[in-house]
Amino acid sequence: MKHTLKNVFHSPRFLVGFIIFMTILLTVLIYPYFVTRDPLQGLGKGFLSPGTYVSVYDANNTGTYRVELPEADDNRLESSLPVKDRQTMLDYLKAMGADVTGLDTSNENFHQLIEVWKANYSDADAKAKKYEGFSTQAKRNELRRLNNRLSTDVSVPMSVTKGEGDSATVSTVATSDYVKVTEVANAITLPLGTDNFGRDTLTELVKATGISLLVGLLAGSIATSLGLLIGLLAGYIGGVVDDILMFICNIFTVIPGFVLLILIYSALGTNSRSITTCAIIIGITSWVWTARSVRSQVISLRNRDHVNLSKLSGHSLGRIVLTDILPYIASYVVMAFILQVSSGILAEAQLSMLGLGPNPNELPTLGLMMNWSKLFGAYTSSNAWWAYFPVILVIALISFSLNLMNTGLDQVFNPTLRD
Amino acid sequence: MKTDEKISVQPEDTRESVTFGSDRNKDFSKEPLCLSGKGVTRVFHTGKTTTVAVDHVNFEFHKGELISIVGESGSGKTTLSKILLGLLEPTEGEIFFKGQPRDISTGAKKKEYWKGIQAIFQDPFSSYNVFHKIDAVLLDCINMRGGKNLPKEKKIEMMTEACSFVNLKFAELTNKYPFELSGGQMQRLMIARIFLLKPDILLADEPTSMIDACSRATILDMLLNLRNETGMTVIFITHDIGLAYYISDSVYIMEHGKFVESGRPDEVMLTPKAPYTKRLISDVPKIHEPWDLSTVEIK
Repeated sequence: MKHTLKNVFHSPRFLVGFIIFMTILLTVLIYPYFVTRDPLQGLGKGFLSPGTYVSVYDANNTGTYRVELPEADDNRLESSLPVKDRQTMLDYLKAMGADVTGLDTSNENFHQLIEVWKANYSDADAKAKKYEGFSTQAKRNELRRLNNRLSTDVSVPMSVTKGEGDSATVSTVATSDYVKVTEVANAITLPLGTDNFGRDTLTELVKATGISLLVGLLAGSIATSLGLLIGLLAGYIGGVVDDILMFICNIFTVIPGFVLLILIYSALGTNSRSITTCAIIIGITSWVWTARSVRSQVISLRNRDHVNLSKLSGHSLGRIVLTDILPYIASYVVMAFILQVSSGILAEAQLSMLGLGPNPNELPTLGLMMNWSKLFGAYTSSNAWWAYFPVILVIALISFSLNLMNTGLDQVFNPTLRD
Repeated sequence: MKTDEKISVQPEDTRESVTFGSDRNKDFSKEPLCLSGKGVTRVFHTGKTTTVAVDHVNFEFHKGELISIVGESGSGKTTLSKILLGLLEPTEGEIFFKGQPRDISTGAKKKEYWKGIQAIFQDPFSSYNVFHKIDAVLLDCINMRGGKNLPKEKKIEMMTEACSFVNLKFAELTNKYPFELSGGQMQRLMIARIFLLKPDILLADEPTSMIDACSRATILDMLLNLRNETGMTVIFITHDIGLAYYISDSVYIMEHGKFVESGRPDEVMLTPKAPYTKRLISDVPKIHEPWDLSTVEIK
């Protein structure tokens, strides 16, 4: 046993798969101790891109520090005028025939661009002349808003009203006043932003990974135990028992498993589809190939001399199966189990993606997250990659790590595959 | 696994003590019947083909007799041995154990029958469960003989005695796995197992065919000692007619599932009647004589 384990962990494939899987598993187990937020709680409205969000209100009421960054003004200007707007300004200047030689959207030419703009642009002119490309009202409004933003001098101190009612005091905020993010009463870092419901995607993803792993483990355990039991009985007892069990196996083989799953799931209705129900259904529709291969292994084992000798020693059927047959196919069963877990997770994801997954009001699963991303246009209109890409990555990583572990085990237990 | 690190036991080559040949003058027909069969037949159906592996054979094995069943591969020896052991049911015919019709219809009855008949198989490497230690193999035998509640010291004493009977040291084997032994040592351990079980009948299915020539003599010597000491009936299944001649009290020649000839080894070997027996005898290479291959059938 010790020797086998040592061999298994010497297989690089198994080790890599094991490390990836354990990292995912440990994250799932440890993360809730650090972030206690309810994964299904909405924090805002719609997709928020990844980043740190600081409450402006609370920032005003937080003690300030004096920090003088030399490039502060430039940064402020740049931030007030994104490259896209600078391009619009250039386009307008070109369209009205102003001299734009030497001007571009870079930071070096920033002040020069603003000077040329101020010298040439006026709302009335734009309205009267209707330059090419800027003839519509919408375009001209965009130009006007842009111009208004430029006319505010960014280096002037800003006045801020603190408190409410009679106790309200007006104070000024200098450009060199800074707040420390950790001192602001309300600030949140969303490494993966929020999804369409405004839920923190990372917290939701971790919870969903845990649930999907659970579905996979449960489905895998059910499928492997069923397959093992049927395979052992059919293989060891043989005769009529074998014929009947193999007949059932054949029926399950010819019915496409996924179609069967879809039919059962849609017959159940959303509210009666709990996580456990889903796992059980996946489990009882995917035991067939385990049963078949266990059966063939048992048939080759049952006539071995050590089994005959065990019979001659008067051992019972149960004991022979448990001690003389099962240990010989244990490695194979472990491998089958790993593959079943992987396919269980994938089956859940596929079904949920089609809207046939577990009840979406209870808990998130990886498949449900994909389904929501699809429904709310995360990869079409909203372009919110953070709502679906990490989910795809986690599904792929789980499947990859489990398959890698399986191949690694195969290499250890199947001598013909050894290098 | 350190396969090269074999356990050091006493040298396997103890040919000096080997006394081939049995008590040729003893008439075993006066001894009580141990196992006999009438019209024993076994038919296998595979798809549309039907194979008659054992075809209406009759036999009478007496107490303390060493019987050899000789035949080439596919002649039905192993099927017959499985029928005798109760691992396969005969399609037809009846088997008598100690004069009574054999009844192995239930698990308990089978268990009782197997206290009377045990086996040593051809391949020592596949005869052991690789997950069980040697101690477990031997303890199992003591338990089967009703020694489950014996004190631990007594059990160890019994196992040590059994091992020393086959020239193995129990103290060196304890906590070891069977696959850590050599083929010859494993087969000797099998004999130690039989020594503990003390059945009425031992069925040895080609026990020496997978073992080198030197160990073979040792194994045969031990089998004969075991027979002489316990008075058990030994059914020796082999393809080697020369070997059968040296060790048996009676010989059965099997061809295509039938016994074509049987009798005392001297009768069968020196004055063979069946052409198949003649062929088997001529196929044995003789030292100092050119090998006559004219009778060998090339299929």
